[in-house]
Amino acid sequence: MLAVALRDSRRVGRWALRAAAGASLGFILLPLIFVIWLAFFQNEIVSFPPEGYTLRWFRAIFDQNKFVDGFVVSIQTGVVATLLGLALGVPAALALARRRFVGREWINTLLLAPLVVPGVVLGTSIYVFHIEAEIATSLPIIGSLGGLIAAHTLVVIPWCVRLVSASLVGLDRATEEAAQNLGATPLVTFFRVTLPAIRPGIVAGALFGFVMSFGNLEMSLFLVGPGRTTLPIAILQYLEWKLDPTIAAVSVLQIAIIGAAMIVTDRYVKLARVV
Amino acid sequence: MAQLELQRLTKRYGEFAAVHDVTLAVKEGEFLVLLGPSGCGKTTTLRMIAGFVAPTSGVIRLGGRDITLLPPWKRNTGLVFQSYALFPHLTVAQNVAFGLEMRSLSRAEIEARVAETLRLVRLEGYGERLPRQLSGGQQQRVALARALAIRPDLLLLDEPLSNLDAKLREQVRVEIRELQHELRITTVMVTHDQEEALTMADRLVVMSDGAVRQIGTQRELYESPTDRFVAEFVGRSTFLAGRVEGPGLFRTEGGLAIRCGSDVASGRGSLALRPERLSLSDRPIAGLDNNLPGRVDLVSYLGAALDVRVRLSASDRVVVQLPNRANGETPVEGATMYVGWPATAGLVFPEAARSSGEVQD
Repeated sequence: MLAVALRDSRRVGRWALRAAAGASLGFILLPLIFVIWLAFFQNEIVSFPPEGYTLRWFRAIFDQNKFVDGFVVSIQTGVVATLLGLALGVPAALALARRRFVGREWINTLLLAPLVVPGVVLGTSIYVFHIEAEIATSLPIIGSLGGLIAAHTLVVIPWCVRLVSASLVGLDRATEEAAQNLGATPLVTFFRVTLPAIRPGIVAGALFGFVMSFGNLEMSLFLVGPGRTTLPIAILQYLEWKLDPTIAAVSVLQIAIIGAAMIVTDRYVKLARVV
Repeated sequence: MAQLELQRLTKRYGEFAAVHDVTLAVKEGEFLVLLGPSGCGKTTTLRMIAGFVAPTSGVIRLGGRDITLLPPWKRNTGLVFQSYALFPHLTVAQNVAFGLEMRSLSRAEIEARVAETLRLVRLEGYGERLPRQLSGGQQQRVALARALAIRPDLLLLDEPLSNLDAKLREQVRVEIRELQHELRITTVMVTHDQEEALTMADRLVVMSDGAVRQIGTQRELYESPTDRFVAEFVGRSTFLAGRVEGPGLFRTEGGLAIRCGSDVASGRGSLALRPERLSLSDRPIAGLDNNLPGRVDLVSYLGAALDVRVRLSASDRVVVQLPNRANGETPVEGATMYVGWPATAGLVFPEAARSSGEVQD
C-alpha cells in the first residue's frame, strides 16, 4: 500500500517537474521564436497572419546608418572592455584564490558587485562620476568612448573573476611545483602550466563578459554621447518612431552573434559546468 | 663523499617546530628513506631539500654546494610527487621533455633523451598519449621518467607508491629500486609505510615529532633500536612494563623475573620482545635463559604465521609468532605452555611506564 502510494507520488512529482521545466523553457523561448518569425514578415505593420515572407528587412538594416554605427560601437566597446576585464580579472582571481590578505573577502565581494547593482543605478552613478571627473580634470569624459569602455569593463570583470576562479579550483598546485622543480621560473611556470590549465575559464569569462557588454542597455543609456550609440540604444531609439520588422531583423542578428559566441565557448568549456 | 648533507635543518611555524635540528648525510648513489608517521616532519624535510619550503635555520648542501637559499628551479633535483603532478595538457613525451626544454637542449638531443628515458621506464610507444589516458601505474612511471630525464643530482620521491593498489605497489617497489641501482642515482624517499621503507632503502632515517630518532640500516634499526619509538615503529614488539633490578635482571609489574642483556643499571623501563624471537613449547626449553609458563589466550591464523598471545601473569601478556609449518601443531587456547627466549632477545628502554603486554604494530 505504502509502496504503491510512494511510487505514485514520485511519478506525480516527476511529471510536475517536467511540466514546470517545459513551461519555463517555453516562457524563455517563445519571445525569441516570435522575434525571429517576425523578422521575415512581409507586411510593414505587424499583423497576423502574415501576408507573406521576405528578406528585405535584413537589407533595410544596412540602409540605416544608426544600426551599422551602433553595431561598430558595440563591437569596439565589447572587445576592448573584455580585454581590459581579462587583464584585471585574471590576476585578481589568482590573488583571491591563492593569497591570504587583509580585506580579501571584501575585495571578492566588491569585484562581484556589478552583477548585483541594477544597471540604471550603475549608469546614473557612473554618469555623475563622469561629470565630476570632467569638471575636476577638464578632460572630455562625458559621452566619450573611453568612458563607455571603462564602464563596460566594470560589467565584464565579475564574469572574468568568477569563471577564472572556478577553473582555478580544478588546478593541482603540485603541477606548478613540478614545473619549478624541473627548472621553470615562476613566470615560465605561469605561461606553460597555469595559463593552459585555466584557459577554459578565461575563454568562458571573456565570452560571457563580451555578451554582457554587447547586450547592455540600461547602463549605456547614461553614458553614450551624441552621434555615438551602441546597438541596443540604436534599436530603442528606432522603436520610438517606428515599429516594423527591421527591429526584429536586427534582433535576429544580435541573437545570432550571441548564440555563435556561446557555441564557440562551449567547445572550450562546457557551459553547463561553469554556470 | 656525501652527495647531500643536511646540517641542523630546522623549520618553525611560530612556536611549532615542524622539523627540528635534522642532521644527516646521503652518500653518492645511496637510497635513503625518511620513515615516520604522518606529521613527523619527513615531507617538510623533503620539501626543504627541493626548495619549496624555506628553512628557519640550518644548511643544505648538494654535491658540496650550499643550496639552502637557492630557488627550486636552480637546484637540479628531480621530484616525484605523491599525486604525480603530470601536466594534464601535455602528452607523455612533452611532459618528459619539459625539464629538458628548460635547460635549452637542442631539439634532437631532447628527442633522444625523451626516447631513452621512456624506454627506461618501459613506456615506449606511449609518448603521444595524454596523462589521463594512462593507468595509475603508467602515470607514476611518467612522473619518474620526467624527474629522471633531467639527470638530477638528487632524486626525491614523495610517497610515490601510495596511490597504487597493493599488488602493483610491490612490483613498482622493486622496479624503482632496480632502476635506482642501475643509474646509481642518489635518492631520498619519504614514506610512512615501513615495509616499503625496508624493501627499498640502503639506509633509513626514522623520524617523529620533527626530529630524527635513529639513522641506520634495516638490521641496525631492527636489532638495536635506540629508543622505544623506533622499536615500535620498525617491526613489532611486545612491551612489558617494570624495572631493572640488577645487572641483566628485569622485574615486570606482574612480578616476573626476566633475564635480559641490558646495560641499563636500574630504574623503571620497559622490556621489548620481538614476537618471532620467542619460542613456545609444552615444557621448558633447555638452553634458553628465560622459560616462563603461561596460558594461551588467543591464537590468530595469519597464513604464513600464527600469532599466539600468551598470558604470563595477571598484567603481562606476550605475543609469540610461530612459523606455519606443515607438520606444526596449533596451540590450543586455554592450554598452559612455556614461552622461552635468550636474554639477548630482550631489550630494555628506560622510563615510560605504559600499560604492558600489548603488541604495537
